[in-house]
Amino acid sequence: MSDHVELRSGAYADSVTLLQISREVQQVPGVATAQVAMATPLNVEVLERMGFDVPGEASVNQMVVAVRLEDGGDLATALAAVDAALAGNGRTAVGTSEEAPPRTTAAALRSTRLTGGPDPLVLVSVPGASAAVEAMDALESGSDVMVFSDNVPVEQELALKRYAATRGLLVMGPDCGTAVVGGVGLGFANVVSPGPVGIVAASGTGCQQVLALLDHAGVGVATAYGVGGRDLSAEVGGLATRTALARLDRDPGVEVVVLISKPPADEVARELTAYTESLDTPVRLALLGAGRPDLTASTEELLRALGHEVPTWPVRGTTRPAAGTRLHGLFVGGTMKQESEVLVTAAGTDAERYALVDFGDDEYTTGRAHPMIDPTLRLERLAEVAADAATGVVLMDVVLGHGAEADPAASLAPAIEGILPPVVITVVGTARDPQGLDRQVDALVAAGAEVHLSHAGATRRAIEILGAGHD
Amino acid sequence: MTEHVVSVGVDLLADALADQAAAVTRVDWRPPLRSADGLGTEADLATVALDPLRADANAQALERMLAVRAMLVDVLPAHEAIGLERGEFLHAGPPIAWDRASGPLRGALMGGAVLEGLVDTPEEAAALFEGGLHVRLEPCHHRRAVGPMAGVVTPSMWMFVLEDPATGARTHCTLNEGLGKVLRYGAYAPEVLTRLRWMGDVLGPLLQRAVRASEPLDVTAILGQMLQMGDEAHNRNRAGTLMFLRDLAPALVASGADPADMVEALRFVGGNDHFFLNLAMPACKLALDAARDIPGSTMVVAMSRNGTDFGIQVSGTGDEWFTGPAQIADGLYLGDYGPDDANPDIGDSAITETAGLGGFAMATAPAIVRFVGGSVPDALATTRRMQEITLGENPRWSIPVLEFAGVPTGIDVSKVCRTGILPQINTGMAGRLAGVGQVGAGLVTPPEEIFPKALSRLAELARARADARTRA
Repeated sequence: MSDHVELRSGAYADSVTLLQISREVQQVPGVATAQVAMATPLNVEVLERMGFDVPGEASVNQMVVAVRLEDGGDLATALAAVDAALAGNGRTAVGTSEEAPPRTTAAALRSTRLTGGPDPLVLVSVPGASAAVEAMDALESGSDVMVFSDNVPVEQELALKRYAATRGLLVMGPDCGTAVVGGVGLGFANVVSPGPVGIVAASGTGCQQVLALLDHAGVGVATAYGVGGRDLSAEVGGLATRTALARLDRDPGVEVVVLISKPPADEVARELTAYTESLDTPVRLALLGAGRPDLTASTEELLRALGHEVPTWPVRGTTRPAAGTRLHGLFVGGTMKQESEVLVTAAGTDAERYALVDFGDDEYTTGRAHPMIDPTLRLERLAEVAADAATGVVLMDVVLGHGAEADPAASLAPAIEGILPPVVITVVGTARDPQGLDRQVDALVAAGAEVHLSHAGATRRAIEILGAGHD
Repeated sequence: MTEHVVSVGVDLLADALADQAAAVTRVDWRPPLRSADGLGTEADLATVALDPLRADANAQALERMLAVRAMLVDVLPAHEAIGLERGEFLHAGPPIAWDRASGPLRGALMGGAVLEGLVDTPEEAAALFEGGLHVRLEPCHHRRAVGPMAGVVTPSMWMFVLEDPATGARTHCTLNEGLGKVLRYGAYAPEVLTRLRWMGDVLGPLLQRAVRASEPLDVTAILGQMLQMGDEAHNRNRAGTLMFLRDLAPALVASGADPADMVEALRFVGGNDHFFLNLAMPACKLALDAARDIPGSTMVVAMSRNGTDFGIQVSGTGDEWFTGPAQIADGLYLGDYGPDDANPDIGDSAITETAGLGGFAMATAPAIVRFVGGSVPDALATTRRMQEITLGENPRWSIPVLEFAGVPTGIDVSKVCRTGILPQINTGMAGRLAGVGQVGAGLVTPPEEIFPKALSRLAELARARADARTRA
């Protein structure tokens, strides 16, 4: 062992840098230990405790280089390492100067606010248990929010909507699948042209059906607000619906508003009727349920009210006669299932002669993507019902638009090709949807399906096929 | 106008917006922290987010805190300043008894007992504290004080007295002893006690004369200037110390005291880069104390460690401490010391981070991140990361390199739980054994479990208020 201690005048480096340099020099082969430090009383004390002999004239403005060499260690190598460390330390930029993405909605809104511009809209699709927290960030910053997430407790929905109502903000959702705002489709939304219709929908796929029918009729949509399936319940009381209606009423481009929902709770219906009567813009109701017009019929009435011709809703392809006696409805849209249920029941079909499943229901989506994105579960069920001799007809929906599967026919067409039961499909989509409406319909027709744009039409046709087969 | 959408959650939905040429800001959302027993914090987070008091309470807490100006108005012995009685010992961190106290805290208490003449030797002091009959331990925070490292305060120690002129509220802190073998790092050797006696006999009275003869020193304003000069006011206080000397030297010289004493005092203060820390800390506490006790506020008003436990106090939960095990800092060691020699995190000095300084102001003092091998971009990223967990910025304390952005201020318990980002603390490291002193310096964070604990209490209080509203 041998010690080397030198004082360097005029040399200075930060104490942290020097600690780091000391550590680097300690790693040099042949060096037992080393300290490079400014000669402060503390550092001199530390060096002395380590056994180094520091010259008495050391002053705080001098740098001490103290190196203890192992036997055979080379002093020149050690000192070269000190100089290299002093010269180079920290000069090469490491780490990234790129800013990390925001971790909360509040942080994202703070950064966008700094750059100016209007308040952004916030789209929340985190797991339901965390959705209210992100949504509250949006409202507190003065932004509207669309909550795509489901499984949000109703008391949280109520709290968010009450907060929003006092500030003129809109909470779309929770479990809001579709909206069209400022020409942009949010969630699962079809590409539509601007036009005179304003939509407020408590049903995402219901809204999409109306968008698709209006698009075919050549009528555009100004704005479609979703409000979430529970908004018109007695508990929530239509808080978001009122705000959405008020917004559309203020928009001079909106000539007529259509409200798509399950029938509201009685109390809510009374209040809402009174409210809509106070507005300047006419509000038409498209309420889903037994004894009420289906969405296609409601859309036709809307077109007539606008003075627009009602087109023939397209049907493509032909299908085989029924094989067995049972109608299987396999849906990705909750409203599609519901509408079929109303029509099947109204047609007097026995309960054991039909089975309707919504693959978008919580029981199929917990821990999985929505069937509009991941078709696996429905395709599995399709194979089962196709192999079942009792199956008379299969009724399905395919929903196009932003957010949905890029090419649903690619997996569905091969699955229906060559199966025994006839297949009737509603393709809910517009001409400019990214999946290509015609391309999707062509592929399904080629695989042997009969394809409708109107889901009520498709359902009636399936009932008809089933009845004909039975007879 | 292009629609601007902030998307939090499923990437596919953000992609769909980008495909439509909407401007999309994506949030890098992750599941929130879990509590120590593995339960999710989602329900508590929602309760607190939807608590109608929270937003206004937090705005008020931040506003009150930022309104405080800390003026140095006096220097007094602790028995006069805060009425500390013989046998009373203040210490850093949440409450703790001798049996759980760490080495450096024990060492400092032992030294303090000798200083006060309660015992003749540090060894006898151990028996005194074990007996516990004639001594009483209490956190500094419970007596309007803060103490760095062990934070031991005894009646004869002189303290800075800081006051907010608008309210007359006061906080206190002892005078800084310097680095190395010092009481606050748990050393109690004869030279430690000799220095403390000189500080009590000479330095304290001198500073008192100088402070009383000067205009009150605006510590809040000096902190603002320090940040422009590369100090983050926790591990670097060099510019602040020099400004303190600049402002006080004329009155000190004019005081007519013994020139030899004055020379020694000036040399002592000028030779101790950390002297200003003991002014920065009570200034931060004075500001944060103004934000205490606002129902519904999720703002942290104290972060503090006693060498065994790390504790936080939150505005909306009163004086309750939420504690977990103090961590060992990651950093660089003096001389031959290594991680085995270090005591877990200790000191009230994390009050600086609680107020937006220290690790939160890392961008202005990039040298500090080199304790852990970091770089300048890491320092900038640290301050930006702290913006994620804070309620706002402090316009008085700005950071030039971040376009003069104010330091991130007001740690939000909710945001910590949501992001899992823990407050970054810059700290010194004490030796594990009593009597050793400082062994290094580095970076540390609180134990993550204390934030879900505090959140759970905030949620419980919010639910109780909601129930009361429902009944009413």
